Amino acid sequence: MNLTLKIWRQQGPDAPGELVTYSVNDVNEDMSFLEMLDVLNESLEVKGEEPIAFESDCREGICGACGCMINGQPHGHKDRTTTCQLHMREFRDGETVVIEPFRAEAFPVLKDLIVDRSSFDRIIQSGGYISVRTGSAPDAHAVQVNKQDADEAFDKAACIGCGACVAACPNAAAMLFTGAKVMHLGNLPQGQVERYERVGAMVAKMDEEGFGHCSNAGECAVACPKGIDLRAIARMNKDLLLSQLKLRSK
Amino acid sequence: MSIELKSHAPDGPIETSWDRHRQAIRVVNPANKRKYTVIVVGTGLAGASAAATMAELGYNVLNFCFQDSPRRAHSIAAQGGINAAKNYQNDGDSIWRLFYDTVKGGDFRSRESNVYRLAQVSVNIIDQAVAQGVPFAREYGGLLANRSFGGALVSRTFYARGQTGQQLLLGAYQAHARMVHEGKVKMFPRTEMLDLVVRDGQARGIIVRDLVSGELRRYAADAVVLATGGYGNIFYLSTNAMGCNVTATWRAAKRGALFANPCYTQIHPTCIPVSGEYQSKLTLMSESLRNDGRVWVPQDPNDCWDQAAGKVGRDPAKIPDSERDYYLERRYPTFGNLVPRDVASRAAKTACDEGRGVAYNGRGVYLDFRDAIERLGKDGVSARYGNLFEMYQRITGDNPYETPMRIYPATHYTMGGLWVDYNLQSNLPGLFVIGEANFSDHGANRLGASALMQGLADGYFVLPYTIGHYLAEVGARPLDTNSAEFSQAETTVQDRINKLLSIKGKRSVDSFHRELGLLIWDYCGMARNKEGLQEAMDKVPALREEFWGNVSVPGSGASLNQSLEKAMRVADFLEFAEIKLLDAFTREESCGGHFRNEHQTEEGEARRNDEEFCHVAAWEFTGVGNKPNLHKEELSFEYVPPTQRSYK
Repeated sequence: MNLTLKIWRQQGPDAPGELVTYSVNDVNEDMSFLEMLDVLNESLEVKGEEPIAFESDCREGICGACGCMINGQPHGHKDRTTTCQLHMREFRDGETVVIEPFRAEAFPVLKDLIVDRSSFDRIIQSGGYISVRTGSAPDAHAVQVNKQDADEAFDKAACIGCGACVAACPNAAAMLFTGAKVMHLGNLPQGQVERYERVGAMVAKMDEEGFGHCSNAGECAVACPKGIDLRAIARMNKDLLLSQLKLRSK
Repeated sequence: MSIELKSHAPDGPIETSWDRHRQAIRVVNPANKRKYTVIVVGTGLAGASAAATMAELGYNVLNFCFQDSPRRAHSIAAQGGINAAKNYQNDGDSIWRLFYDTVKGGDFRSRESNVYRLAQVSVNIIDQAVAQGVPFAREYGGLLANRSFGGALVSRTFYARGQTGQQLLLGAYQAHARMVHEGKVKMFPRTEMLDLVVRDGQARGIIVRDLVSGELRRYAADAVVLATGGYGNIFYLSTNAMGCNVTATWRAAKRGALFANPCYTQIHPTCIPVSGEYQSKLTLMSESLRNDGRVWVPQDPNDCWDQAAGKVGRDPAKIPDSERDYYLERRYPTFGNLVPRDVASRAAKTACDEGRGVAYNGRGVYLDFRDAIERLGKDGVSARYGNLFEMYQRITGDNPYETPMRIYPATHYTMGGLWVDYNLQSNLPGLFVIGEANFSDHGANRLGASALMQGLADGYFVLPYTIGHYLAEVGARPLDTNSAEFSQAETTVQDRINKLLSIKGKRSVDSFHRELGLLIWDYCGMARNKEGLQEAMDKVPALREEFWGNVSVPGSGASLNQSLEKAMRVADFLEFAEIKLLDAFTREESCGGHFRNEHQTEEGEARRNDEEFCHVAAWEFTGVGNKPNLHKEELSFEYVPPTQRSYK
């Protein structure tokens, strides 16, 4: 199949960007979306032109490195699929595809389709962990964990940190990302001791990084390639409220 | 150079070796730990756990990764699980049994003392991960679930659905994040190590490139730890991530560290086959599929792949059982479809070499669930493998409930790596190597669910002790990045970058990488022989020469430049390839993942040569294109007597 691509090109963080049109021909439907871009890039490279910068690493949908807006949707239109797992059989011959970086104040563009998502790391660093020194853990069977709690913790721990939730949100909020970690750790007995300090610290950091607030659009959960649902946000809000009451009563 | 390879493992009973060693080695006074700086390169299971643990102890840790975040390291993609000798299932598991299985599984080419310690600390890893909040699978009673994996006779594998690597890595990443918050780990993402700085024979720092600004920087430390993974991407197509590379370990080798057993690579039998020239990587399908799927190829070559037509000759569903060859069940009646990885992989290659492949280029075999669906029902199969079937369909467009899956082996893991002693220190004092980047624990073949175990064992429970001994011995020293060694290393890197950018040739970086990968796959893949290896050794220097004369690397060195990043890595693979081939050429035996056609039993199985090759082959770099020097560490097996593996 033949496609027309309109791709965002931007030389650096402070440079202006624009959509540049490319034609790609003989696209095989078994190719992944990123392999289609690889082929385009290789043709640019041999002409001595700079290829389109985009990120990817595992190409198995688990590392979270890839991600761009494809026709206005993070990771494209297919449900529960990262950009690297999207295949060309999902597109039609002759289609025009618009490819842009994730856009959010807290995700500045570094080059072309690459954005800086280190704000996510800083949210985790502010409290997204259980404080346990290596070697000081009790036997793994010392505490039993209800299977349902463990499974629910897993569902939220499945977040790959790709940033699609932020890109999908009209307010560029990171509530789903932060809520997923709050709920993962808050659902386990090991995470109880720091539960309320954790949520306060992570929400404060989220605000400081320039992410917006939730207005219940729900776009984040639709865009999430790992199916993390809005209960993560509800739980975070509940824990945040409880933490403020607890702190006030202290 | 005369190098004596000493393991430094204590003599005496192996059960108490690690305890006695820990008592004998020196420790750094808690108040003095803050006077030391340690560089850790890599943030996978080994790197993140080591950085976090050393920071908790009080050392200043400088941690580097080329990805945008430490959470992206490729440990994240491990699916199956992690072994630990907990014996929670009361099925007779023990540290001894895990040790025994690992030595035997490695085909008697690993170091017994290291493997015993690995089995010992495996139990601590599970405790640590659970305390961190890693959501392992649990039973309804709230206790941890286990499964058996990779042909083990006991259920000792802990797992988190099909995403165990992800969950363990996030556990380590969070421990690491806590130490970043405390200011004890200074994290440098998007920063790639491009050289090791050696001064007075000791590792004293690294040269890195900031991948956003392009700037080269110098970092000095009291010790350098490489946790930079394996070299599987030399094959171009592998299950490794796009960025996985040999650069850090190879640059260390060029500075004098010995590279051990580079010919050992693990080929995983159940990956999705290549579908075209554009293929950028291969995807693993969990080995568990072989529990219920049956592997076969058509008997009639006319039913197989027709490259001109771009499809198979006959719809596999219409081929009756009498015209199918269930070759694993035929050749290995006892283990059938569950033979170990190396055996299953070679059998698939043999079937395809006979012209009976069923995927692109004739490279693929069927993995059929028809009988399992009849036996268990569609829902039963879906409950076990639903997520894998979904993943397969997303990638291939085929529905495995209706048509057999197609699979083919792919490179998955590399057992070789930089040589290290019992302290995980290379032959260069101050250079430590952990996880897949070292050679030490898996011998010639790694068992399933053991990679996660080794990475975390090294990072949480071994290196943080042993590095203290080295630091106490040398004492805290001023850190100086102005020495001649730093300048020389930075100049070497800068010259290489300038050269690559100035060639302005006609071929893309990937075209060279693909050509090299195919060459290594054909001649140093699942089966090797003397003539083929010689031919490959003749071709690599020519390819390297063409690369340096005709590669096109657009853009500048002073900005984000992905073509340049790739070119630097491929340039290193082109040098490393020669010692890999030479190692395979020199090892005149078959063992584990290294199968030489000349050395097989009458039944076509691997035949070891314990008389001449019961050793670690550690190669010393002597210049690009020059023959490296071979150093040997003899291996002795006092506890597990070597036997011939048999899966008939």
